[in-house]
Amino acid sequence: MEMHSKKRIEILLEAPAQKRLTDLLDRLDVTGYTVLPVIGGRGHHGVWSRDGLPSAAGAMVSVAIIVAEEKLDEVLEPVFELVRRHIGIVTISDVMVIRGERF
Amino acid sequence: MSIVDLAVQNLASPMVLFFALGVAAALLRSDLSVPEAAAKFLALYLMLAIGFKGGVEVSKSGLDPAMGLTIGAGILLSFAIPLAGYFFIRMTTRLGAIDAAAVAAHYGSISIVTFVAATEIVRGLGLAYEGYLIAVAAVMETPAIVAALLLARRAAPAAGDGPREGMGPLLREVATNGSIVILVGAFLIGWITGERGMSMISPFIVDPFRGILCLFLLDMGLVAGRGLRQGARELSPPLIAFGIYFPLVSASLAAALVVPLGLSVGGAALFITLAASASYIAVPAAMRLALPEANPAIYLTLSLGVTFPFNLSLGIPLYAAVAQRIAG
Repeated sequence: MEMHSKKRIEILLEAPAQKRLTDLLDRLDVTGYTVLPVIGGRGHHGVWSRDGLPSAAGAMVSVAIIVAEEKLDEVLEPVFELVRRHIGIVTISDVMVIRGERF
Repeated sequence: MSIVDLAVQNLASPMVLFFALGVAAALLRSDLSVPEAAAKFLALYLMLAIGFKGGVEVSKSGLDPAMGLTIGAGILLSFAIPLAGYFFIRMTTRLGAIDAAAVAAHYGSISIVTFVAATEIVRGLGLAYEGYLIAVAAVMETPAIVAALLLARRAAPAAGDGPREGMGPLLREVATNGSIVILVGAFLIGWITGERGMSMISPFIVDPFRGILCLFLLDMGLVAGRGLRQGARELSPPLIAFGIYFPLVSASLAAALVVPLGLSVGGAALFITLAASASYIAVPAAMRLALPEANPAIYLTLSLGVTFPFNLSLGIPLYAAVAQRIAG
Protein backbone atom coordinates (compact mmCIF):
# COMPACT_ATOMS: atom_id res chain seq x y z
CA MET A 1 0.00 0.00 0.00
CA GLU A 2 1.27 3.47 -0.81
CA MET A 3 2.15 5.57 2.21
CA HIS A 4 3.22 9.18 2.70
CA SER A 5 5.71 10.56 5.14
CA LYS A 6 4.42 13.31 7.49
CA LYS A 7 5.33 14.92 10.81
CA ARG A 8 3.31 14.42 13.97
CA ILE A 9 3.52 17.14 16.62
CA GLU A 10 2.37 16.06 20.05
CA ILE A 11 1.88 18.69 22.72
CA LEU A 12 1.34 17.51 26.26
CA LEU A 13 0.06 20.66 27.93
CA GLU A 14 -1.49 21.82 31.18
CA ALA A 15 -5.26 21.79 30.74
CA PRO A 16 -5.99 25.49 31.47
CA ALA A 17 -3.99 26.47 28.36
CA GLN A 18 -5.75 23.99 26.05
CA LYS A 19 -8.20 26.48 24.62
CA ARG A 20 -5.42 28.96 23.82
CA LEU A 21 -3.64 26.28 21.86
CA THR A 22 -6.65 25.01 19.95
CA ASP A 23 -7.70 28.61 19.17
CA LEU A 24 -4.23 29.17 17.73
CA LEU A 25 -4.42 25.95 15.70
CA ASP A 26 -7.80 27.07 14.34
CA ARG A 27 -6.11 30.24 13.07
CA LEU A 28 -3.10 28.44 11.63
CA ASP A 29 -3.15 26.55 8.40
CA VAL A 30 -3.49 23.06 9.84
CA THR A 31 -6.03 20.62 8.53
CA GLY A 32 -6.97 19.32 11.95
CA TYR A 33 -5.90 18.27 15.41
CA THR A 34 -6.96 15.77 18.05
CA VAL A 35 -7.29 16.48 21.77
CA LEU A 36 -6.71 13.42 23.94
CA PRO A 37 -7.37 13.04 27.65
CA VAL A 38 -4.47 11.89 29.76
CA ILE A 39 -4.84 10.27 33.17
CA GLY A 40 -1.76 11.06 35.20
CA GLY A 41 1.99 10.92 35.36
CA ARG A 42 5.12 12.39 36.86
CA GLY A 43 7.28 15.27 35.66
CA HIS A 44 9.41 18.20 36.85
CA HIS A 45 6.55 19.35 39.06
CA GLY A 46 6.06 15.92 40.66
CA VAL A 47 3.29 13.35 40.38
CA TRP A 48 -0.04 14.51 38.96
CA SER A 49 -3.41 12.89 38.40
CA ARG A 50 -6.73 14.02 37.00
CA ASP A 51 -8.65 12.19 39.70
CA GLY A 52 -10.95 14.30 41.78
CA LEU A 53 -9.93 17.68 40.41
CA PRO A 54 -12.77 20.18 40.16
CA SER A 55 -10.43 22.72 38.53
CA ALA A 56 -8.54 22.54 35.25
CA ALA A 57 -5.36 23.50 37.11
CA GLY A 58 -3.35 20.39 37.84
CA ALA A 59 -4.71 18.39 34.90
CA MET A 60 -3.00 17.87 31.54
CA VAL A 61 -4.20 17.21 27.99
CA SER A 62 -2.49 15.95 24.88
CA VAL A 63 -2.97 17.62 21.49
CA ALA A 64 -1.80 15.83 18.33
CA ILE A 65 -1.35 17.49 14.93
CA ILE A 66 -0.17 15.89 11.69
CA VAL A 67 1.43 18.23 9.14
CA ALA A 68 3.39 18.02 5.93
CA GLU A 69 7.13 18.31 6.49
CA GLU A 70 7.40 21.64 4.65
CA LYS A 71 4.77 23.16 6.94
CA LEU A 72 6.37 21.97 10.18
CA ASP A 73 8.20 25.20 11.05
CA GLU A 74 5.33 27.53 10.27
CA VAL A 75 3.12 25.56 12.68
CA LEU A 76 5.73 24.74 15.29
CA GLU A 77 7.07 28.25 15.84
CA PRO A 78 3.81 29.97 16.92
CA VAL A 79 2.77 26.85 18.83
CA PHE A 80 6.00 26.75 20.76
CA GLU A 81 5.82 30.51 21.43
CA LEU A 82 2.42 29.94 23.04
CA VAL A 83 3.25 26.87 25.10
CA ARG A 84 6.82 27.51 26.21
CA ARG A 85 5.86 29.32 29.43
CA HIS A 86 3.48 26.54 30.40
CA ILE A 87 3.95 23.10 31.90
CA GLY A 88 4.24 20.61 29.04
CA ILE A 89 6.28 18.67 26.52
CA VAL A 90 6.42 19.16 22.74
CA THR A 91 7.60 16.22 20.64
CA ILE A 92 7.85 15.77 16.89
CA SER A 93 7.93 12.36 15.26
CA ASP A 94 7.98 10.90 11.78
CA VAL A 95 4.79 9.10 10.85
CA MET A 96 3.36 7.44 7.76
CA VAL A 97 -0.19 8.13 6.61
CA ILE A 98 -2.24 6.49 3.89
CA ARG A 99 -4.20 9.48 2.64
CA GLY A 100 -1.36 11.95 2.17
CA GLU A 101 -3.45 14.65 0.48
CA ARG A 102 -5.32 15.23 3.74
CA PHE A 103 -2.40 16.81 5.59
CA MET B 1 -23.91 28.82 71.86
CA SER B 2 -20.32 29.49 72.90
CA ILE B 3 -17.56 29.51 70.36
CA VAL B 4 -16.11 26.30 71.84
CA ASP B 5 -19.47 24.48 71.59
CA LEU B 6 -19.83 25.74 68.03
CA ALA B 7 -16.34 24.53 67.08
CA VAL B 8 -16.87 21.11 68.71
CA GLN B 9 -20.25 20.68 67.04
CA ASN B 10 -18.72 21.62 63.69
CA LEU B 11 -15.72 19.31 64.08
CA ALA B 12 -18.07 16.41 64.78
CA SER B 13 -20.24 17.13 61.72
CA PRO B 14 -20.31 14.60 58.86
CA MET B 15 -18.98 17.27 56.48
CA VAL B 16 -15.77 17.90 58.38
CA LEU B 17 -15.32 14.20 59.17
CA PHE B 18 -15.70 13.19 55.52
CA PHE B 19 -13.11 15.80 54.57
CA ALA B 20 -10.79 14.37 57.24
CA LEU B 21 -11.43 10.87 55.89
CA GLY B 22 -10.34 12.03 52.43
CA VAL B 23 -7.14 13.60 53.79
CA ALA B 24 -6.37 10.45 55.81
CA ALA B 25 -7.01 8.16 52.83
CA ALA B 26 -4.67 10.23 50.64
CA LEU B 27 -1.95 10.30 53.30
CA LEU B 28 -2.30 6.51 53.70
CA ARG B 29 -1.92 6.20 49.91
CA SER B 30 -5.29 4.47 49.63
CA ASP B 31 -6.61 4.00 46.11
CA LEU B 32 -9.86 5.72 47.11
CA SER B 33 -10.57 8.33 44.46
CA VAL B 34 -13.41 10.24 42.85
CA PRO B 35 -13.20 10.37 39.05
CA GLU B 36 -12.62 13.81 37.58
CA ALA B 37 -16.00 13.85 35.80
CA ALA B 38 -17.82 12.94 39.03
CA ALA B 39 -15.96 15.70 40.93
CA LYS B 40 -17.02 18.22 38.29
CA PHE B 41 -20.61 16.99 38.50
CA LEU B 42 -20.64 17.34 42.30
CA ALA B 43 -19.25 20.88 42.05
CA LEU B 44 -21.90 21.77 39.43
CA TYR B 45 -24.64 20.39 41.64
CA LEU B 46 -23.48 22.41 44.66
CA MET B 47 -23.29 25.66 42.66
CA LEU B 48 -26.70 25.07 41.10
CA ALA B 49 -28.31 24.29 44.45
CA ILE B 50 -26.75 27.15 46.41
CA GLY B 51 -27.38 29.63 43.58
CA PHE B 52 -31.01 28.60 43.25
CA LYS B 53 -31.65 28.78 47.00
CA GLY B 54 -30.16 32.28 47.13
CA GLY B 55 -32.35 33.42 44.26
CA VAL B 56 -35.48 32.04 45.95
CA GLU B 57 -34.58 33.91 49.16
CA VAL B 58 -34.27 37.17 47.20
CA SER B 59 -37.64 36.54 45.54
CA LYS B 60 -39.18 36.12 49.01
CA SER B 61 -37.54 39.12 50.65
CA GLY B 62 -37.72 41.44 47.63
CA LEU B 63 -34.95 43.73 46.45
CA ASP B 64 -33.01 45.19 49.30
CA PRO B 65 -31.07 48.45 48.80
CA ALA B 66 -28.31 46.90 50.92
CA MET B 67 -27.72 44.41 48.10
CA GLY B 68 -25.93 46.95 45.91
CA LEU B 69 -23.87 48.20 48.83
CA THR B 70 -22.86 44.69 49.87
CA ILE B 71 -21.88 43.82 46.30
CA GLY B 72 -19.76 46.99 46.19
CA ALA B 73 -18.16 46.09 49.51
CA GLY B 74 -17.43 42.58 48.19
CA ILE B 75 -15.68 43.98 45.10
CA LEU B 76 -13.67 46.37 47.25
CA LEU B 77 -12.60 43.57 49.62
CA SER B 78 -11.69 41.23 46.78
CA PHE B 79 -9.44 43.95 45.36
CA ALA B 80 -7.93 45.05 48.69
CA ILE B 81 -7.27 41.63 50.27
CA PRO B 82 -4.62 40.58 47.70
CA LEU B 83 -2.76 43.85 48.28
CA ALA B 84 -2.62 43.11 52.01
CA GLY B 85 -1.81 39.44 51.36
CA TYR B 86 1.04 40.31 49.00
CA PHE B 87 2.49 42.65 51.61
CA PHE B 88 2.35 39.97 54.35
CA ILE B 89 3.88 37.29 52.10
CA ARG B 90 6.73 39.50 50.94
CA MET B 91 7.44 40.65 54.51
CA THR B 92 7.35 37.22 56.14
CA THR B 93 8.40 34.67 53.53
CA ARG B 94 11.04 34.25 50.85
CA LEU B 95 8.58 33.88 48.01
CA GLY B 96 9.37 35.91 44.90
CA ALA B 97 7.05 38.59 43.54
CA ILE B 98 5.32 36.34 40.99
CA ASP B 99 4.60 33.50 43.42
CA ALA B 100 3.52 36.01 46.09
CA ALA B 101 1.10 37.71 43.67
CA ALA B 102 -0.35 34.34 42.60
CA VAL B 103 -0.91 33.30 46.23
CA ALA B 104 -2.43 36.71 47.03
CA ALA B 105 -4.95 36.31 44.18
CA HIS B 106 -6.25 33.09 45.74
CA TYR B 107 -6.86 34.77 49.09
CA GLY B 108 -8.65 37.78 47.62
CA SER B 109 -10.95 35.55 45.61
CA ILE B 110 -13.43 33.22 47.27
CA SER B 111 -14.12 29.53 47.72
CA ILE B 112 -17.74 28.74 47.00
CA VAL B 113 -17.44 25.39 48.79
CA THR B 114 -16.29 27.12 51.98
CA PHE B 115 -19.31 29.39 51.55
CA VAL B 116 -21.60 26.37 51.08
CA ALA B 117 -20.19 24.74 54.22
CA ALA B 118 -20.77 27.99 56.11
CA THR B 119 -24.41 28.14 54.98
CA GLU B 120 -24.88 24.71 56.56
CA ILE B 121 -23.44 25.94 59.87
CA VAL B 122 -25.55 29.11 59.74
CA ARG B 123 -28.61 26.97 59.03
CA GLY B 124 -27.67 24.67 61.91
CA LEU B 125 -27.71 27.69 64.23
CA GLY B 126 -31.24 28.46 63.10
CA LEU B 127 -30.17 31.68 61.40
CA ALA B 128 -31.36 33.07 58.08
CA TYR B 129 -29.11 34.90 55.65
CA GLU B 130 -29.54 37.34 52.80
CA GLY B 131 -29.96 35.39 49.56
CA TYR B 132 -28.12 38.07 47.59
CA LEU B 133 -24.86 36.96 49.20
CA ILE B 134 -24.70 34.50 46.29
CA ALA B 135 -24.36 37.48 43.95
CA VAL B 136 -21.72 38.93 46.29
CA ALA B 137 -19.82 35.63 46.09
CA ALA B 138 -19.95 35.71 42.29
CA VAL B 139 -18.57 39.25 42.00
CA MET B 140 -15.76 38.54 44.49
CA GLU B 141 -14.06 35.99 42.20
CA THR B 142 -12.49 38.37 39.69
CA PRO B 143 -11.22 41.65 41.26
CA ALA B 144 -8.58 39.70 43.21
CA ILE B 145 -7.13 38.40 39.95
CA VAL B 146 -6.86 41.96 38.59
CA ALA B 147 -5.16 43.16 41.78
CA ALA B 148 -2.69 40.27 41.71
CA LEU B 149 -1.80 40.79 38.05
CA LEU B 150 -1.21 44.48 38.66
CA LEU B 151 1.08 43.58 41.57
CA ALA B 152 2.97 41.01 39.51
CA ARG B 153 3.41 43.35 36.57
CA ARG B 154 4.58 46.19 38.76
CA ALA B 155 7.00 44.07 40.78
CA ALA B 156 8.44 42.04 37.93
CA PRO B 157 7.78 43.74 34.59
CA ALA B 158 10.31 41.49 32.82
CA ALA B 159 9.05 38.21 34.21
CA GLY B 160 8.09 35.70 31.58
CA ASP B 161 10.00 37.22 28.72
CA GLY B 162 7.33 36.20 26.25
CA PRO B 163 4.66 38.58 25.02
CA ARG B 164 2.12 39.39 27.70
CA GLU B 165 -1.45 39.15 26.66
CA GLY B 166 -3.90 41.82 27.73
CA MET B 167 -5.98 41.32 30.84
CA GLY B 168 -9.25 41.51 28.90
CA PRO B 169 -9.42 37.97 27.47
CA LEU B 170 -8.38 36.46 30.79
CA LEU B 171 -11.00 38.38 32.76
CA ARG B 172 -13.65 37.43 30.24
CA GLU B 173 -12.66 33.79 30.66
CA VAL B 174 -12.84 34.06 34.45
CA ALA B 175 -16.15 35.92 34.38
CA THR B 176 -17.68 33.36 32.02
CA ASN B 177 -16.08 30.44 33.87
CA GLY B 178 -18.56 27.57 34.10
CA SER B 179 -18.84 27.75 37.88
CA ILE B 180 -19.80 31.44 37.79
CA VAL B 181 -22.27 30.95 34.95
CA ILE B 182 -24.09 28.12 36.76
CA LEU B 183 -24.02 29.98 40.10
CA VAL B 184 -25.36 33.26 38.72
CA GLY B 185 -27.69 31.50 36.28
CA ALA B 186 -29.23 29.33 39.03
CA PHE B 187 -29.51 32.43 41.25
CA LEU B 188 -31.48 34.25 38.53
CA ILE B 189 -33.67 31.20 37.85
CA GLY B 190 -34.37 30.89 41.59
CA TRP B 191 -35.20 34.60 41.74
CA ILE B 192 -37.55 34.39 38.74
CA THR B 193 -39.33 31.18 39.75
CA GLY B 194 -39.38 31.81 43.51
CA GLU B 195 -41.13 29.47 45.91
CA ARG B 196 -43.08 27.78 43.12
CA GLY B 197 -39.79 26.83 41.46
CA MET B 198 -38.40 25.70 44.78
CA SER B 199 -41.34 23.40 45.47
CA MET B 200 -40.83 21.87 42.02
CA ILE B 201 -37.15 20.98 42.41
CA SER B 202 -36.56 20.85 46.16
CA PRO B 203 -36.40 17.02 46.21
CA PHE B 204 -33.35 17.43 43.96
CA ILE B 205 -31.61 20.46 45.43
CA VAL B 206 -32.58 20.46 49.12
CA ASP B 207 -32.92 16.89 50.38
CA PRO B 208 -29.72 15.37 48.91
CA PHE B 209 -27.70 18.57 49.44
CA ARG B 210 -25.86 17.61 52.62
CA GLY B 211 -25.02 14.11 51.40
CA ILE B 212 -23.62 15.44 48.15
CA LEU B 213 -21.67 18.07 50.04
CA CYS B 214 -20.13 15.26 52.13
CA LEU B 215 -19.14 13.37 49.00
CA PHE B 216 -17.61 16.50 47.49
CA LEU B 217 -15.73 17.23 50.71
CA LEU B 218 -14.43 13.66 50.74
CA ASP B 219 -13.03 14.35 47.27
CA MET B 220 -11.60 17.70 48.40
CA GLY B 221 -9.95 15.87 51.30
CA LEU B 222 -8.40 13.38 48.87
CA VAL B 223 -7.09 16.15 46.61
CA ALA B 224 -5.86 18.21 49.59
CA GLY B 225 -4.15 15.17 51.16
CA ARG B 226 -2.51 14.28 47.87
CA GLY B 227 -1.37 17.89 47.48
CA LEU B 228 0.03 17.94 51.01
CA ARG B 229 1.88 14.68 50.45
CA GLN B 230 3.53 15.98 47.29
CA GLY B 231 3.59 19.74 47.76
CA ALA B 232 4.32 20.14 51.47
CA ARG B 233 8.03 20.59 50.82
CA GLU B 234 7.18 23.71 48.80
CA LEU B 235 5.64 25.34 51.87
CA SER B 236 7.94 26.99 54.40
CA PRO B 237 6.69 27.41 58.00
CA PRO B 238 6.07 31.17 57.51
CA LEU B 239 3.97 30.38 54.45
CA ILE B 240 1.94 27.73 56.31
CA ALA B 241 1.42 30.30 59.07
CA PHE B 242 0.21 32.77 56.43
CA GLY B 243 -2.38 30.21 55.30
CA ILE B 244 -3.84 30.26 58.80
CA TYR B 245 -3.45 33.81 60.07
CA PHE B 246 -4.19 35.63 56.84
CA PRO B 247 -7.83 34.42 56.63
CA LEU B 248 -8.23 36.03 60.05
CA VAL B 249 -6.86 39.32 58.66
CA SER B 250 -9.31 39.16 55.73
CA ALA B 251 -12.12 38.20 58.11
CA SER B 252 -11.35 41.25 60.25
CA LEU B 253 -11.55 43.55 57.22
CA ALA B 254 -14.96 42.08 56.34
CA ALA B 255 -16.14 42.18 59.97
CA ALA B 256 -15.48 45.93 60.05
CA LEU B 257 -17.99 46.34 57.18
CA VAL B 258 -20.78 44.18 58.61
CA VAL B 259 -22.45 46.84 60.77
CA PRO B 260 -22.39 49.66 58.18
CA LEU B 261 -23.86 47.22 55.64
CA GLY B 262 -26.64 46.24 58.06
CA LEU B 263 -26.25 42.50 57.49
CA SER B 264 -28.15 39.97 59.59
CA VAL B 265 -26.15 37.65 61.89
CA GLY B 266 -26.31 34.79 59.37
CA GLY B 267 -25.46 37.14 56.50
CA ALA B 268 -22.55 38.61 58.46
CA ALA B 269 -21.15 35.13 59.15
CA LEU B 270 -21.28 34.32 55.44
CA PHE B 271 -19.85 37.66 54.33
CA ILE B 272 -16.90 37.23 56.71
CA THR B 273 -16.45 33.64 55.50
CA LEU B 274 -16.35 34.83 51.88
CA ALA B 275 -13.56 37.28 52.68
CA ALA B 276 -11.64 34.68 54.68
CA SER B 277 -11.92 31.90 52.12
CA ALA B 278 -9.33 31.23 49.42
CA SER B 279 -10.14 30.07 45.90
CA TYR B 280 -8.99 26.70 44.65
CA ILE B 281 -11.10 26.20 41.55
CA ALA B 282 -11.32 29.36 39.42
CA VAL B 283 -8.17 31.25 40.41
CA PRO B 284 -5.63 28.40 40.03
CA ALA B 285 -6.75 27.93 36.42
CA ALA B 286 -6.58 31.70 35.81
CA MET B 287 -3.11 31.88 37.37
CA ARG B 288 -1.85 29.08 35.12
CA LEU B 289 -2.77 31.31 32.18
CA ALA B 290 -1.80 34.71 33.55
CA LEU B 291 1.27 33.88 35.64
CA PRO B 292 2.52 30.53 34.35
CA GLU B 293 5.90 31.16 35.99
CA ALA B 294 4.29 30.90 39.43
CA ASN B 295 4.62 27.47 41.02
CA PRO B 296 1.15 25.86 41.23
CA ALA B 297 2.27 23.48 43.99
CA ILE B 298 2.65 26.50 46.30
CA TYR B 299 -0.71 28.16 45.78
CA LEU B 300 -2.80 25.01 45.38
CA THR B 301 -1.32 23.32 48.44
CA LEU B 302 -1.60 26.44 50.57
CA SER B 303 -5.16 27.22 49.56
CA LEU B 304 -6.61 23.69 49.53
CA GLY B 305 -4.25 21.94 51.95
CA VAL B 306 -3.92 24.58 54.68
CA THR B 307 -6.52 27.35 54.48
CA PHE B 308 -9.53 25.30 53.39
CA PRO B 309 -9.20 22.73 56.25
CA PHE B 310 -8.61 25.58 58.70
CA ASN B 311 -11.72 27.44 57.58
CA LEU B 312 -13.82 24.28 57.43
CA SER B 313 -12.89 23.11 60.93
CA LEU B 314 -12.21 26.20 63.06
CA GLY B 315 -12.55 29.29 60.89
CA ILE B 316 -16.26 29.15 60.07
CA PRO B 317 -17.40 28.61 63.71
CA LEU B 318 -15.14 31.51 64.68
CA TYR B 319 -16.61 33.76 61.98
CA ALA B 320 -20.14 32.77 63.06
CA ALA B 321 -19.27 33.61 66.67
CA VAL B 322 -17.83 36.98 65.65
CA ALA B 323 -20.94 37.66 63.55
CA GLN B 324 -23.15 36.90 66.58
CA ARG B 325 -21.17 39.39 68.65
CA ILE B 326 -21.13 42.26 66.21
CA ALA B 327 -24.36 41.85 64.26
CA GLY B 328 -26.47 40.16 66.94
